[in-house]
Amino acid sequence: MKRIYLDHAATTPVRPEVKKIMDAFQNGYFGNPSAIYFEGRQAKAALDSARELIAKILGAETKEIIFTNGGTESINLALFGVSRQYKKLFKKPRLITSRIEHPAVLEAMRELAKEGFEIIYLPVDKFGLVRIKELKKSLNNQTVLVSVMYANNEIGTIQPITKIAKAIENFKNKQTLNPKSQILKFPLFHTDACQAAGSLEIQPQKLGVDLMSLNASKIYGPKASGLLYAKKGIELKPIIFGGGQENKLRSGTENVAGWIGLAKALELSQKEKIAEAKRLRTLRDYFIKNLLKIPKTFLNGHLQNRLANNINLTVLNIEGEALILQLDKYGISASTGSACHSKILQPSHVLMAIGLKPETIHGSLRLTLGHSTTKKEVDYALRIINKVVKKLRQISAVDIKNNENKK
Amino acid sequence: MKTKNKKADLILKNEVPWLYSKNVKEHFFHPKNFMKPGEEKKFKFNAYGEAGSTVCGDLMKFWLWIDPKTEKIKKAKWRTFGCGSAIASTSVLSIIITEKGGLSIRKAALIKPQDIIKRLGGLPNIKIHCSVLGDEALKEAIENYYHNKK
Repeated sequence: MKRIYLDHAATTPVRPEVKKIMDAFQNGYFGNPSAIYFEGRQAKAALDSARELIAKILGAETKEIIFTNGGTESINLALFGVSRQYKKLFKKPRLITSRIEHPAVLEAMRELAKEGFEIIYLPVDKFGLVRIKELKKSLNNQTVLVSVMYANNEIGTIQPITKIAKAIENFKNKQTLNPKSQILKFPLFHTDACQAAGSLEIQPQKLGVDLMSLNASKIYGPKASGLLYAKKGIELKPIIFGGGQENKLRSGTENVAGWIGLAKALELSQKEKIAEAKRLRTLRDYFIKNLLKIPKTFLNGHLQNRLANNINLTVLNIEGEALILQLDKYGISASTGSACHSKILQPSHVLMAIGLKPETIHGSLRLTLGHSTTKKEVDYALRIINKVVKKLRQISAVDIKNNENKK
Repeated sequence: MKTKNKKADLILKNEVPWLYSKNVKEHFFHPKNFMKPGEEKKFKFNAYGEAGSTVCGDLMKFWLWIDPKTEKIKKAKWRTFGCGSAIASTSVLSIIITEKGGLSIRKAALIKPQDIIKRLGGLPNIKIHCSVLGDEALKEAIENYYHNKK
């Protein structure tokens, strides 16, 4: 059966151009970049070229790019690296983040709380936007780091990163230099841009961020390949120790093929982002318009400030896992925020944060489009979704009315 | 269960395993005895029970026709709001209590989640508490029957 993959926010297939360059490297290039003989220098040269290409795309310097094993590791390095490095400068060190971050951020924050950091979780409005007013209230002279995601993986809401950066900058300008730190003003600003690289502006300087996490597996690159951008002058405490690779920040023999793949994937996705986002937005809006014709459904997230490929719909009176399994039977891959779908049996923290009740979160359906998505696929998916929703509603023991769905 | 002694394939080409057991799959995709929309008006029942809550994500309802002379469950209908294993577990329970001329309500009241899970061919541990509520709904229905009889 032909599969219709509508879960590009989970991961994307490796695109042919990326596969080609990775295959070419792996067919013969195996040297350890730390070695000084031919094979080592060959691998080192490839690694350097990947870093140069990425630096160029990001408008950054090569030494500001730290390659990692993916988005989660980049985020962990940013959060632990900054917090542990600069903790000593503060009496009551504070970290600020939002309630709708990826678990990589939230779980790292929980660990940092155990290390004595005060963590502030910023609320979001019903569309998933961070309230800048709340951020301003939370900033104090003990704040080490602010971490707010660029675009949300579940509901696709795009945060006003430049405005957040501006608010932090304004706060910093009123601060005097911490006497113990001769160079930096605090807080530093990190953004998790893993969902953003496919369609949005990602030059850290333009965004006004000090640190930024990216990965390849969301932009048609390989799994287990990511990077952290850290503005020069910022010192990080490593979280992995060993041979001192990546400027001593990320020990372990370099994943050269993976990082070449990341560089290529980033280059292509940034080059194509405007045209592809336009194409996807048209498909997405058509999809949403027709999905909302199904009775007792509503859209979650922001109408305008939304990733071009994201749809998050609540279908009342049915449960998400059952819906996903039914769709899967017809060849459609999608996702849900239902508790029954998660390993910890908790409903989506993102949908909770935007004010949905648990019983409506169970019926959430996330569809994320991508390169392979066509109008024909969307039409097929619409037909199947209508069919299986009807089927599951027939079996369902509940009948929540549309006007009872919000808190 | 016997495992075939074949060469380990690192890449599965054809048979991708399903999420749960074969029986869960069968009952999820082809649920038996569920109460179709509008059917409750026609269906004759003398016992009704429900268990679970929409907040937790699972809610089950049972309608039973119990033969007043033999006190055996002759017909069972259900509706479930919940995940795949919740739907399958209610469906399989409706079979357990009505097969072979119907289970006596005395025996039906003794059905445990383990009995349902066994019949389903197993469930992941994490799913047991939330998706096997059918026995509770059944007990409620049997109580309701006694209550109605008075």
